[in-house]
Amino acid sequence: MNYNVNENGYYGDFGGAYIPEMLYPNVEELRQNYIKVMQEPEFQEEFHELLREYVGRPTPLYFAKRFSEKYGTKVYLKREDLCHTGAHKVNNTIGQILMAKRLGKTRIIAETGAGQHGVATATVCALMGLECIVYMGAVDIKRQAPNVARMKMLGAKVVPAESGSKTLKDATNEAIRDWINNPTDTHYIIGSVVGPHPYPDMVARFQSVISEEVKKQLVEKEGRENPDYVVACVGGGSNAAGIYYHYLDNPNVGIIAVEAAGKGIDSGESAATSALGKEGIIHGSKTLLMQTPDGQITEPYSISAGLDYPGVGPMHAHLFRSGRGEFISITDDAAMQAGLELSKLEGIIPAIETSHALAIFKDRKFKKDDVVVINLSGRGDKDLNTYIEYFNLA
Amino acid sequence: MNRINKKLQEDKKLLSIYFTAGYPKLEDTTTVIHELVKAGVDMIEIGLPFSDPLADGPTIQESSTAALKNGMTTATLFEQIKDIRKTVDIPLIVMGYFNPMLQYGVEEFCAKCAEIGIDGLIMPDLPLAEYEMHYKAIFEKYDLKMIFLITPQTADARIRQIDAASDAFIYMVSSASTTGKTSGFSTVQTDYFERIAKLQLKNPQIVGFGIKDEETFKAATQTAKGAIIGSAFIKALTADGIEGIGNFISKIRP
Repeated sequence: MNYNVNENGYYGDFGGAYIPEMLYPNVEELRQNYIKVMQEPEFQEEFHELLREYVGRPTPLYFAKRFSEKYGTKVYLKREDLCHTGAHKVNNTIGQILMAKRLGKTRIIAETGAGQHGVATATVCALMGLECIVYMGAVDIKRQAPNVARMKMLGAKVVPAESGSKTLKDATNEAIRDWINNPTDTHYIIGSVVGPHPYPDMVARFQSVISEEVKKQLVEKEGRENPDYVVACVGGGSNAAGIYYHYLDNPNVGIIAVEAAGKGIDSGESAATSALGKEGIIHGSKTLLMQTPDGQITEPYSISAGLDYPGVGPMHAHLFRSGRGEFISITDDAAMQAGLELSKLEGIIPAIETSHALAIFKDRKFKKDDVVVINLSGRGDKDLNTYIEYFNLA
Repeated sequence: MNRINKKLQEDKKLLSIYFTAGYPKLEDTTTVIHELVKAGVDMIEIGLPFSDPLADGPTIQESSTAALKNGMTTATLFEQIKDIRKTVDIPLIVMGYFNPMLQYGVEEFCAKCAEIGIDGLIMPDLPLAEYEMHYKAIFEKYDLKMIFLITPQTADARIRQIDAASDAFIYMVSSASTTGKTSGFSTVQTDYFERIAKLQLKNPQIVGFGIKDEETFKAATQTAKGAIIGSAFIKALTADGIEGIGNFISKIRP
């Protein structure tokens, strides 16, 4: 079975481009050009130079000695938290801003939930001197004031999404509406492996630098390219797509996806799409999503603002349905404890999204000789307020 | 013959009205339809509300959200309009987004529409390629006309493709926008209307997006067969209630 995208833009049953005709010319332009542009040597050169000089890649593959001892297996952390702007998101925004320039676009729009992708987009727009408009749910703007300030300092205009539940899915709707209203000069930088084809594939390709580096780094450390497992948290799923990418079709590498159970799968306050979602259409893509029996998209919940998306990228929906991926869901409480534990054992404060991936070791046992690579997708600075409140640290 | 095709043969410019089912109140659906028929409209688009209507501006987003809060569902709509053909003869089209249809079951949805006497469907996020690959046969089995959109950005070759795949009318979006956005037409629109007219398509065109009064209706139907009013009607319905429907329509086409 093939786990990557096919020529029609599908991962198994999932994917495609379910978009209104108003978006067709934009999406079609991208579909016809993205691979061609990405394969140009000058594009590759510019992309990798920026990743090296500006983002700070390659990021280390760090052997977490004390964490490994505690759980009786060999755990490596892929340190995406050390990327400029503090998370893996920037790998994609660098790639897409270069794509936008090749396509002659002068205006950039993006959606953001917690603000990480918004900051990563505002950053590359500042770098390239392009106009930047970021849509963010009105509720999220209140919750994430520091990231709103960062975007403004970087010169972006932050527009509140006042429709629906006023969170990430509504910000995405608003960004899509902006694109409909500005069909010629604007490029939409989607922040995850979601949206109509070719977005999931394009974003996955930009993020695939993560597993490309792991392969090389693991040879130095373990004498082999392939770990036994790769582990990542999944909201939309871009950091996961990045660390899975070069292992998708290698059955010797286990793929573990960690979703946010929120207050528990059955609590009514959860974001575990694989457990609670059904096949449907969200933001232009056929995938698994949380919805009412009547097909209305519901509002997910997680303590982590980066994981409370009601859908999941079509690649992950396929990994789930085909059984290629092992899906685990982790509650708020378990994630918070795991974040604290990594801080104390390794001196690394992770983003709460990432803490979900770290929390699986309590129940999911690995063999002593297993090599497990976790994508440490982001750093915890942005989550300090949540950590402070949760652990009474003030 | 399907009621839409029959209506398109009439020698007049057609006025079609979009409204959101279950708005302003849940039980208003059939009352609004009856008032529109009484006011003399030629065609009605019954909007099945969706939580995330990507192609719609604030007015229809709000009416959709309100209708969902009122408790509107696909099954409720079908129940409300099950006897509509006892009293209404004009073409009725269901307009909605694809996900609720998918959850109801595409075949079941089409069967139910046929049973009630719905004549066509507009699903903005079910694109031509997916339709032709997976659903065309089902739609045709139940004699439901799928109405496709074109915009000023749609290339001629694609318009030809859409024309070939259509068998009723083409929904001609007046400008690059979500619904309810435009204010009046400029030469950009009128040039576009003329460009399309020159293509000599086999399907007539009905213009939507930006029609709100007599002036815009006239401008839109200069070359096109008819026009669709959505957001402006919802706004009037919100402001003046069901009693105001007759008055609103009489001002569009005095």
